[in-house]
Amino acid sequence: MEFWGYRRPDGKVGVRNHVLVVATVGCAGEVARKVAESLNGTVSFVCQGGCAAGIKDLEATRAVLLGMIANPNIYGTVAIGLGCEFNKMEDFLALARERTCKPIVGFTIQEEGGSINTIAVATRAAQQMVSEATECVRELCPISELTLGIECGGSDATSGLVSNPVMGLVSDKLIAAGGTSMYSETVEMIGAEHLLAAQAAEPAVAQRILEVVKGREEEQIRSGEDIRKIQPSPGNKAGGITTLEEKSLGCVHKGGHTPVMEMCAYAQVPTRKGLVLMDTPCFDLLSVTAKIAGGCQVVVFTTGRGNTIGNPVAPVMKVTANVDTYHHMLDNHDVDMSAVVAGDRSLEEQADITLQEIIKVMNGKLTKAEIQKFGYAETVVSQPTDYI
Amino acid sequence: MKPNALLLNDKDNVVTVTRSLSAGENVVFLAGGEYVTLITSGVPAYHKVARKDIQAGEDVVKYGQVMAVATTNIKTGEHVHTQNVKSKVQ
Repeated sequence: MEFWGYRRPDGKVGVRNHVLVVATVGCAGEVARKVAESLNGTVSFVCQGGCAAGIKDLEATRAVLLGMIANPNIYGTVAIGLGCEFNKMEDFLALARERTCKPIVGFTIQEEGGSINTIAVATRAAQQMVSEATECVRELCPISELTLGIECGGSDATSGLVSNPVMGLVSDKLIAAGGTSMYSETVEMIGAEHLLAAQAAEPAVAQRILEVVKGREEEQIRSGEDIRKIQPSPGNKAGGITTLEEKSLGCVHKGGHTPVMEMCAYAQVPTRKGLVLMDTPCFDLLSVTAKIAGGCQVVVFTTGRGNTIGNPVAPVMKVTANVDTYHHMLDNHDVDMSAVVAGDRSLEEQADITLQEIIKVMNGKLTKAEIQKFGYAETVVSQPTDYI
Repeated sequence: MKPNALLLNDKDNVVTVTRSLSAGENVVFLAGGEYVTLITSGVPAYHKVARKDIQAGEDVVKYGQVMAVATTNIKTGEHVHTQNVKSKVQ
């Protein structure tokens, strides 16, 4: 299996060719937005952090910003800061250059003399970068270059029944071809962590999975929530989900059947190929963001109730096996898996169809969220200590 | 004959129905390329029925994985839910 991608100077392969205009602190957000909006070929996203941040907050913000810059869908980056923030531009650019040799330039509003001057210099720099980016030509690359992110949200019974098992088979096929499949949402692993540990490639990975899931569960308990007592919800039970482990099995099934190679930290790029997990909350906007910061070039989002979200850096394909949802929200859904529920198609056949659709998107077909230019406001960064 | 239930893994001892079925109706699903028919005692949409007799204390398997343990004997075709199974981790 092959696809047409953009080979970057750091060796990675992108499926999009954007110039990223990124605010390195919330105070530069409007300037970055205006720069990105005024040009073709650029993307940007909301960044509200970068200052008055505890160490953990600053690390989380930097992990996402640097991950987006390094994501192979990005040709190069124009970074815009204020000047006096915790996330100092000079340090940030040095960190970015440690991560990737792709083009990056940075400006600060205090140094440039206000927002309008900064918009002018940053727009000129971004225009030059777009001009260079659009000289890149797609080349034929093996599917082993893909890190696929899988998200589930707005789930209903059809998610665990069809769309997540289909994505499990897609993962198996991708991994058999040498690729990487990643899912996250640690809270939705509770009740199935023993199975994930048993699926781990080696004892150290199994131990880390158990520690990470326990850590998230303890965090919930500290904030007054006990997942094991409140799950499955009455609505889940009415919908046919009997036990917590059945619910989690429906979620974790989207990773397929190959060994779990690694449990990545939030927004971390995997060090191993194959099936990998990432430790994130289950807030969809946040966990999609973290996976793309972790290098996923494409995300498949399984839903039952329907969903809209996109991301500026990577295509987010919406798939559902609920026939009513697919048609009722046709503006937002990319793949209809309902033929499996109707008994007209096998899970295996649907997995093959879905993988072909993923390759089309990798080759340049726009997802519905991309056509609608969604994603700017749908990038969420974790703030572990709520600023200082 | 059109299936109205899904067997998600060959190891499973339950199947999930894709529409609600009344007592006495057939549950039809594909197993290894062959249609299998059971008679159900009645089940709501997307709920589970036993694919074979399950004894009290036996594991309930869906997705090829243990998802609960039976608290009573469950007959083939019977609705499998909170009234006859419980979690093993809660």
